[in-house]
Amino acid sequence: MSDTPETDPAPDAAEPAPEAPEATEPAPEAPEAAESEPEAPEPERTPDPVRDPLMAKITGDLGDAVLGQEVVKGDMWLRVANPAWRRTIQYLKDHGFDYFCFLSGIDWLPSQESVTRYEQVYTDDAPADPPARESGITGGDSRFQVFVRLYDVDRKVGITVKADLDDDEQPTVESVVAVFRGAEWHEREAWEMFGFEFTGHPGLRHLYLPKEFEGFPLRKDFPLLARAVKPWPGLVDKEPVPGEGEDEEEEAAATT
Amino acid sequence: MSANTITEHQQQAYIAGQAADARIRFELETEGMTLNIGPQHPATHGTLRIVVRLDGEQVVWADPIPGYMHRGYEKLCEVRKYQQVTTLVNRIDWLGSFCNEVPFILAAEQLYEVEAPPRAQWIRTILFELGRIANVTLFLGDMGVQLGAITPVFYAFRDREYVLNLIESATGGRFHPNYDRVGGLKDDLPKGWVDECKQAMQGIRDFCDEMETLLLGNEIFATRCRGIGVIPRQIALDYGLSGANARASGIDWDLRRDADSPLAWKHADWKVWTHPDGDSFARYWVRLQETREATKIVEQLLDSLPAGPVMAKMPARLRVPKGEAWISTENPLGEMGYYVVSDGGPSGPFRCKIRTPSFNNISIAPWLLKGVYVPDVITILASLYFILGDIDR
Repeated sequence: MSDTPETDPAPDAAEPAPEAPEATEPAPEAPEAAESEPEAPEPERTPDPVRDPLMAKITGDLGDAVLGQEVVKGDMWLRVANPAWRRTIQYLKDHGFDYFCFLSGIDWLPSQESVTRYEQVYTDDAPADPPARESGITGGDSRFQVFVRLYDVDRKVGITVKADLDDDEQPTVESVVAVFRGAEWHEREAWEMFGFEFTGHPGLRHLYLPKEFEGFPLRKDFPLLARAVKPWPGLVDKEPVPGEGEDEEEEAAATT
Repeated sequence: MSANTITEHQQQAYIAGQAADARIRFELETEGMTLNIGPQHPATHGTLRIVVRLDGEQVVWADPIPGYMHRGYEKLCEVRKYQQVTTLVNRIDWLGSFCNEVPFILAAEQLYEVEAPPRAQWIRTILFELGRIANVTLFLGDMGVQLGAITPVFYAFRDREYVLNLIESATGGRFHPNYDRVGGLKDDLPKGWVDECKQAMQGIRDFCDEMETLLLGNEIFATRCRGIGVIPRQIALDYGLSGANARASGIDWDLRRDADSPLAWKHADWKVWTHPDGDSFARYWVRLQETREATKIVEQLLDSLPAGPVMAKMPARLRVPKGEAWISTENPLGEMGYYVVSDGGPSGPFRCKIRTPSFNNISIAPWLLKGVYVPDVITILASLYFILGDIDR
């Protein structure tokens, strides 16, 4: 860290030499800036010799069905169109990804409970407007997404496949039980927790919850009653929160 | 081999069963009977209810009904901070609870973009393997109890105690350590711990030898396990069986070796054991070998334990960057993983999908129990080795 100002010409050109005590400040940020300039979209992206060609083959074979793909952190993500969901899983199973890990769903509705209440506790100026809906890796257009994790046991690579569920009221996707039998319980769980409709599933019935249960607990708009009655005491942290200036000083001290 | 292939043994068992049933039905005019096994039954390790439809002594269909202990951890994780989640996930697989913390903390560390120092990774791996020993030791004894051999379980409880004592002296908790922190560990190891640990590992190896002579060489045990509950490789992959259940079906898949993990398994010399048979005996045999390997891993890592801090310098930042992380490790029961999504908010995971091994391992029961005899139901359930908290979470 300490020798970066000498090797990197950019900080030297930007500011002259006499600023000796402040010269430690840009040191942690200098390598990031230098790396991000040549490769604009993905700064810390390193080529993956196994997964990159594999992903190229998958996206090439699936064609229009692929809506997004990423190979990051030694892992693969793929997002396909809803009608191609089952076809994609079948394709992956036929091409080596024959180990079924799990299937589940995500509700991308911004969580009031976890975001705004915290803001009220920690900052005096509580933001009134809820944050916009954002989807994670590979993006997404809908509130609900279903995702599945598959492994290739021989090549020792894994892939996460996502699909959008367009309808917010009755999210529907084709069942993959005919491809992986193990998906049966996972789809039952997603059905009762998120209200996803899996067409072609042999018997969507409750797995964990009693028959009379109403609502879909893992949706973000399902209130957690215990928290609604009494705020979680662990949320309020009595210890002083370190300020921004203090934080930077500490980090600078650690790097030098 | 297609997914619908059944083994020759199952086919023969089915045909013989059908013929026997037809004869009995003709002579005695028996009708089917529905039997509830559980929710409170010694063979279910908790409150798993299995409804079986019997025809004479044979199971026509079986339907496991989980959910008597569902605690909704995935929802609860969303209203807790990352540091608070470890307390919850300790309770998933309560026999090897330290192993539950590790994948979550690794996922959180990936989101925080910090890495624990080497000493912390070493101690994590050692405690992880101790958790595996504490968990699987109980299985090795318990399997005997399910089949009528009472003695092994006393030995198992006796020797597990030494391991639990080690976990307690290091972490402060026998069953729920809550020892992992994002960026490292709560404390360093206590004085004299390394020597005690090595001694205990020798004891565990002796226990494994004992089990080998008591059970594996036992004729009754072999008769009741060999060829019972055979899972072919393709079926195991289809249902997502993991851990020893998969390796007993000949699948050479161990995340300790095959996944790119920051933990210290790659610094030890050990072996992944598989068995081609896929029956209950194979599952017992693989777990027995795994326990031996675990003791070897612990001893080697204790010898190469690096010096240094056990906690990384954490950025004093409240917001976790946006991102998604999937981390899974090879837990005592199989692959356990967390799919953690962070929305950049300060409070905790936006979504935390918990993938537990027992959920997949027991979802094979409706397929596996078809056509077997009632006593074999107990054998098969015991050999699949599930923990209720791990199914219901």
